[in-house]
Amino acid sequence: MTRREWKDFWTGIAFISPWIVGFVVLVLYPVGASIYYSFCDYDVLSRPVWIGTLNYQDMFTDAVFWKSLKNTLYFAAVSLPLGLVLALLVAVLLNQEVKFRSGFRTIYFLPSLVPVVASAMIWLWILNGKFGLLNYGLSFLGIEGPNWLSDENWTKPSIILMALWGVGGAMVIYLAALQDVPRELYESADIDGASAWTKLRHITIPMISPVIYFNLIMGIIGSLQVFAQPFIMFGGGGTNRSALFYAVYLYQNAFDYNQMGYACAMAWVLFLIILVLTWLATKSTRKHIYYAGE
Amino acid sequence: MIQFKQFLNKLIIYILLLAGSVVFIIPLVWMISTALKPIEQTMAMPPSWIPYQLYAEIDGQQQKVKQGELVEQPALVVYDESLGKDLIVAQKNVVDGALQRRNVDGDIIEIPVEIRAEIPASLEHPWVKVIPANTPEGTSDAYDETWFVQPLEGLTKKVDFRWGNFGKAIKAMKYFPMYLKNTLILCFLTVLGTVSSSAIAAYGFSRIPWRGRNKMFLVALATMMIPFPVVMVPVYCLFRWLGWIGTLRPLWVGSFFAGAFNVFLLRQFFMTIPKDLSDAARIDGCNEFRIFWQIMLPLCRPALMVVGLFQFMATWNDFLGPLIYLTDQKDFTLALGLQFFQSQHGGTEWHYLMAASTLVGVPIIILFFFTQKSFIEGISMTGIKG
Repeated sequence: MTRREWKDFWTGIAFISPWIVGFVVLVLYPVGASIYYSFCDYDVLSRPVWIGTLNYQDMFTDAVFWKSLKNTLYFAAVSLPLGLVLALLVAVLLNQEVKFRSGFRTIYFLPSLVPVVASAMIWLWILNGKFGLLNYGLSFLGIEGPNWLSDENWTKPSIILMALWGVGGAMVIYLAALQDVPRELYESADIDGASAWTKLRHITIPMISPVIYFNLIMGIIGSLQVFAQPFIMFGGGGTNRSALFYAVYLYQNAFDYNQMGYACAMAWVLFLIILVLTWLATKSTRKHIYYAGE
Repeated sequence: MIQFKQFLNKLIIYILLLAGSVVFIIPLVWMISTALKPIEQTMAMPPSWIPYQLYAEIDGQQQKVKQGELVEQPALVVYDESLGKDLIVAQKNVVDGALQRRNVDGDIIEIPVEIRAEIPASLEHPWVKVIPANTPEGTSDAYDETWFVQPLEGLTKKVDFRWGNFGKAIKAMKYFPMYLKNTLILCFLTVLGTVSSSAIAAYGFSRIPWRGRNKMFLVALATMMIPFPVVMVPVYCLFRWLGWIGTLRPLWVGSFFAGAFNVFLLRQFFMTIPKDLSDAARIDGCNEFRIFWQIMLPLCRPALMVVGLFQFMATWNDFLGPLIYLTDQKDFTLALGLQFFQSQHGGTEWHYLMAASTLVGVPIIILFFFTQKSFIEGISMTGIKG
C-alpha cells in the first residue's frame, strides 16, 4: 500500500474503533465463551467443568425443554401469519384515498409504542376472567369467555392477542412501501377492469414483496425470542407450563437454576432453529420477491 | 352504477378502518379509564367506561356515597337491641315485631326488634345498601353504623375522575422517583453513547476509502444475526467479573461501542451525501475529524435524531436488561419497577396498577406525538433499506 493508502487505512480504523472494541468484547469473546460454556457444567460461582455434549444430550430428554419449544413454535406459527396479514390489510386500507389517514395510522401504531411491561399489565387486566373487559364483551355475543390467564388452553392465545395488538410497527413499514408503488400500475389495471383482489394479488403484493420478506424474517427472529410478555404475564410459565416460552426457560436455567452451560447450549439450539427457519423462508419466497432495481 | 359501486367501496373501507381503530384504541382507553376509578368501580359488572361518583339525598342534601350490595326484596330493616345494630331481614321472618331465628340447637327463638324501614317487593325497583363515601374503608364498626337502604333509582351519578390515583400509585410503588431517575439517567447515557459512537463508526465505514472496509462491514452486518440469548450468559459473567452486577453500568456502557444496526442505518444515510463536499474540505486542508464533525454531523441531523429516538425508546422500554443486572429495588428502572409492583400488589388494586402503567406508557406516547415525522420516517427506513 502507498503512504496515502496507509493513512486512509489507519484513519478508517480509528473511526470504527468504537465498533471494533464492542465487536471484540461484546460479540466475539461472548460468542466464543458461549460455545465453550455450552460444553461445560457451569454455575457462575465455580469454574466451568468440561462435560462434552452432555448439555445437548440432556435437552433431548428434558420434557420441559420440549414443552417450551412447542409453545414457542405454536406461538410463532399462529401469531406470525396472522400478524403479517393483519398489518398488510390495515396498510392497504390506509393506502386508499381516505380522510384522516394520519389519524388512523397513529391509532393503529400507538399500541406498538406502549412499553411491553405496561401493555402486559393492560392485557392482564383485560383478560381477567372475572372482571375482564374481553369476557364482558364476549358476553354480548352470548359467549361465556374462558379464564384466559389460568386455563391452559387459553394462555397462548392470550399472548397471541397481545402480540397482534402490537402489529403497528409492521403496518407502518408496509404503508411506506405501498406509497412507493407507482400509481400508473393501478390506473392501467383499472382501465383493464381489474377487481380489487386482482390488483392486490398481482400488483400490490409483488411490488412490496421485499418488505413482506423483511417483515417475515424479522417476525421469525422476534417471535422465537419472545420473552417479556410471557415472563411478566405468566411468571414461571402459567398453568401446567402452558405459557412457558423458550427464552423464558432459557432465562430460568441461567438465572434461577444457575445452569449457565445448559442455558448457552439452549441458546445455540435457538440460533440454529432461527437459521434453519430463516433459510427455509428465504428459499421458499426467493422466486416470488421482486426487486425493482433488477 | 359505477359511482354507486365506488361509494360502496369507500363505505366498506371506512367501516373496516373505524372498527379496527376502535379495537386498537380500546385497551388504552380502558387503561386510562381504570386508572381514574375508585377500586369498587374497577370490580363492578357491568363495567362503566367513565368513572363516576354516586350521590344520594341525606338530610335533604346530595352527598357522596358508595353503592353496596342489592337487597333481596321484600325485606325489613330492623334494629336488634341485643346486637346494637340494624339488620336487613326477610319480611316473613318478622312476626308481630319479633325476629324469628333458629339458635344452635335448631329451635326457633324470638328476638324483639324495632322495624326501621320496609322494603317493598318489586322487580323493577331494586333497593341497594348505601354507605357514605367518607366512611373509612375496612372498619366494620363505622360501616355498621352508617349504612342505609334506598331505591337504586334514587342514586344519581356524576362524572368524577380520581386524579388522586396517580399520586397514590406513585406512593404505593415506593421508589417511583428513584425508578424515574434511573430510567432518565440510562436514557441519557445510552442515547449519548449510541448516537456518538455509531455516527463515528458509520463515518469510518462509509466516507473513508480504506482497504478491507467492505469485508469488515460484512462482519458487522453478520453480528446482527446473533440472537441476544447466545451472548447473554458470557456478557453477564463478564460484568460480574468486573463487579458491576447491581449497578447501572452494564446497562449503558455497551452503548458507547457502536451496535451494528445503528451503524448500518447511519451508513446508509452518510452514503447519500455527495462526495464532492468532503473532497472540497479535504483540499482546503481539513482533517478527517473536522469533516466529520463540522460537515457530516450537521447534514445528518435527521438520521441522528432517528437513531437517538429509537435508542431512547429501547432503553425506556427495556425489561430483560434491568431484570438481569439490577438487584436492589432502589436501582430499578420504571419498566422493572412496574413489574415488581404488579408482582406485589397485582390481582386487586387494578386502579393503581393501571395508573402506574399510564405513567410508564404515556411519556413515550407524548414523545411520539412531538417527533412523529422522524419516527415514521425512521421506521420505514429500517424496513425499506433492510
